[in-house]
Amino acid sequence: MILHKFSLLKYTFSVAFFALAFSFNALAQHEETHATEATEHVAEGHDAGPEKFDAGKMIIEHISDAHDWHIMDVGGHPVSIPLPVILYSNKGLDLFMSSKFEHGHAVHNGFKLEKQNIVAVNEAGEVDAEATNSIIDLSITKNVATLMFSVACLLWIFLSIAGAYKKNPNKAPSGLQSFMEPLILFIRDEVAKPSIGPKYEKFVPYLLTVFFLILFNNLLGLVPIIPGGANLTGNIAFTMVLAVITFVITSINGTKHYWHHIFAMPGVPKAVLLILTPIEILGVFLRPFVLMIRLFANMTAGHIIALSFFALIFIFGQMSAGAGFGVSIVSVAFTVFMGCLELLVAFLQAYVFVLLSAMYFGSAVEEPHHEAHH
Amino acid sequence: MLNPVFLAEGISNAYGIAALGAGVAALGAGVGIGQIGKGALESIARQPEAVNDIRASMILTAALVEGAAFFAMVVGLLVVFK
Repeated sequence: MILHKFSLLKYTFSVAFFALAFSFNALAQHEETHATEATEHVAEGHDAGPEKFDAGKMIIEHISDAHDWHIMDVGGHPVSIPLPVILYSNKGLDLFMSSKFEHGHAVHNGFKLEKQNIVAVNEAGEVDAEATNSIIDLSITKNVATLMFSVACLLWIFLSIAGAYKKNPNKAPSGLQSFMEPLILFIRDEVAKPSIGPKYEKFVPYLLTVFFLILFNNLLGLVPIIPGGANLTGNIAFTMVLAVITFVITSINGTKHYWHHIFAMPGVPKAVLLILTPIEILGVFLRPFVLMIRLFANMTAGHIIALSFFALIFIFGQMSAGAGFGVSIVSVAFTVFMGCLELLVAFLQAYVFVLLSAMYFGSAVEEPHHEAHH
Repeated sequence: MLNPVFLAEGISNAYGIAALGAGVAALGAGVGIGQIGKGALESIARQPEAVNDIRASMILTAALVEGAAFFAMVVGLLVVFK
């Protein structure tokens, strides 16, 4: 219970801070407009000095995907790990490291980085709209790199555990095994069995995979330094893929009973069916959609809160150094508090995703035991 | 959060309204989750041995309510990011 009030608190906080960050952002823009004209040509160059802090921009940069893995800024220059860029366009296949873009300052092979999107440019350096539309971007971005890293980690963890069970089938678990076993049993006994029913066994591998993938990436997202920090579970494409897989598994396993209840709910008058059937059909698509939105919004909100607290330090630090130091004490304290809460949310969201998936599978494979009730 | 700067600068009233919309959605979710918490507490008090089942259902229902609120939040974010 406390947990849910907190998660609401978190959510309210995030929206409040977001609005706050943007109002500061707007304020900063307002002040800047007077000075822009004089400094415009300086800002265009590679060696522009430290820019004015823009909270909204900083937050969006941190929660969105990127073509390089940003570590920190040293004296206004970004330090980052370059990642491979793979482009397929009307010019054919292009493969190079993102360091060639020099953080958006350089043109390489007729491509340029503009706000983390790759655009095609002509000789004059202008954006070529037609060529840009033909680009299929298959780059290993920050999120993809994180996904690969987490897959490697999960494979290592679970292959070693599986090996341990094979080697000592009748011994007590040891090491990593004893840490993971309760979690695996929790998913099997508390989530799969009660929600799916007697046919739970074939769904357990999927549920476990999704649970640990989401949990691991949620936790990885909370780590501020490499290899963490990427907002993978707060990426709507990632959550969409998981939701679509859940949807496909539900639909494939749907029994006659399940589809019958969707298209023609038994024991309901024809006139009511006219209204009910469209709603039921909509519900089939709405359920994975909500699954997608829930994980995305929850994790993105978590990242935004942490960043907003840090942004406050710099916003006040620009007013005066003293205000910055003063606010940093409160900010760090709140960030630690929210961080603890996020640990809980990381687990909870993985659990909720798996629980809801299991309930959808359960509804799909349910056998008509209680015909008398209809 | 309807900052006068939003309106005065003519940046876009959509920012302020998006914040307002998210606030209203938070209000609805707050009432909903509060009700769930109340219901769960009362039922646990009546039947303490069923605490595990009640907790699972409570988390599930709260997640569903939260999902509705997140729709509003995502719409708000889209307005702000666009």
